[in-house]
Amino acid sequence: MSEFVLDLVYLVSAACFILALKWLSDPTTARRGVKAGEIGMVLAIIATLLNREIVEYQWILIALVLGSAAGIPLGLLVPMTAVPQRTALSHAFGALAAGLVGTAEFYIQEPDIGEVTMVALGLEVLLGYLTFTGSLVAFGKLQGIARDRPWIYKGQNVFNLSILAAGLVIVGLLVADPGRSTLFPILITVALVFGVMLVIRIGGADMPTVISLLNGYAGLSAAMMGFVLDNWLLIIAGALDGSSGFLLSIIMCRAMNRSFANVLFGGFGAKETVGRMEERPVRTTSPEETAFLLDSARLVVVVPGFGAAAAQAQHKIRELSDMLMKRGVEVKFAIHPVAGRMPGHMNVLLAEANVPTSCSTSMPSTPSSRRRTSCSLSARTTW
Amino acid sequence: MTKEQLEVGLYIFVLASFLGFQVITRIPGLLHTPLMSLTNAISAISLVGSLILAGSGKGMLASVLGAVAVFASMTNVVSGFLITDRMLKMFHRREVEKQRRARPPREIAP
Repeated sequence: MSEFVLDLVYLVSAACFILALKWLSDPTTARRGVKAGEIGMVLAIIATLLNREIVEYQWILIALVLGSAAGIPLGLLVPMTAVPQRTALSHAFGALAAGLVGTAEFYIQEPDIGEVTMVALGLEVLLGYLTFTGSLVAFGKLQGIARDRPWIYKGQNVFNLSILAAGLVIVGLLVADPGRSTLFPILITVALVFGVMLVIRIGGADMPTVISLLNGYAGLSAAMMGFVLDNWLLIIAGALDGSSGFLLSIIMCRAMNRSFANVLFGGFGAKETVGRMEERPVRTTSPEETAFLLDSARLVVVVPGFGAAAAQAQHKIRELSDMLMKRGVEVKFAIHPVAGRMPGHMNVLLAEANVPTSCSTSMPSTPSSRRRTSCSLSARTTW
Repeated sequence: MTKEQLEVGLYIFVLASFLGFQVITRIPGLLHTPLMSLTNAISAISLVGSLILAGSGKGMLASVLGAVAVFASMTNVVSGFLITDRMLKMFHRREVEKQRRARPPREIAP
């Protein structure tokens, strides 16, 4: 296949990806978006396999078969509550691929690497490996293998920033002289360590932000791979993924009243005392009393948290809301953007329990309706 | 990559990022989880780079690292698209149900 045709196919596939994201903006057209994405992907893979640069096929075939074999259970069998873990794992895989390709490219091309390529290659490797270990730590925390509590010690910021600075200095040295190949393994190590350090101090309710951020990094490293390989399709797809990741982390930050700088550098996940909390006595109630309260309400707002989903309560909540609706009570679901373990996770869990979309509102729009709320039912483990 | 190519590459990168922001801003919070798994599958397009490396025949290191990269990206491609579709199927089912539920409003007692 000639270079020109190959580029044209890549262009079509890039257009498919953009259409995929465009169609995702509405639940009724969203599945068409997945189809568009799949078509773009298949086109790109076939075109690449017919590329003249590829001379050996045995490695590719084995890896493609094994990759599909691993991907099918990961895509079909993972329960919806475990989607965040799966996402963290796939960020790790994507970033690992970028890191490995960067590593191999370095050893193939050195010592004659142009400045531009070396900058992109350095960033690709740095971002790739830090996202790889960072996502693995996030996976461990979400899966319950690692401790969920943030691990914080004195001078952590200084330490982390100096690791990052060391990584950037090494990239700079390699750009100045790519022949210093002994520095390359050090760069990889620095990136791997930084990834762990970055995520180890984050936990609990901040996981959605971290996952989004890692998503952004994974996208950026794919885009950098595009700069290394002169491949525009990689740059476009990487930029789309990167912007989606950063946009989501901004949305998550806003939802939790944090600034983006606060997320990147400061007190992330640490216990913060937000002024003085209003204290009011807690009154325990009985199921009968609650039932009476719910029945006599005009509008019931259900505020589900991840605890509800972990306890598989979403199905019971749905039954309850169906019963209330039958009795003429209006039921709304107020879903906080960071409810669950990743952006929008709670919506997926409620969809699984068959709660109609029309019933759910996002959190920022609910305060206006709060005035006419007679009763709000909070279903979660912690406050 | 030469300086001229870099220029084109940066143009593409910046424009694609802006386009990404514009398109993704319109996606409701309802669909943020499918969004992330879909962009994940899309960015597994790094498979293209991995394939070129694994099949380049440029020595053992390139082949082995390339093959591992192909494995990792292919896993993402397959699982990413499958799980996104699985989630969206549920949302779609909800839409259908919503239309079915749209029967006359409840009677209000006089």
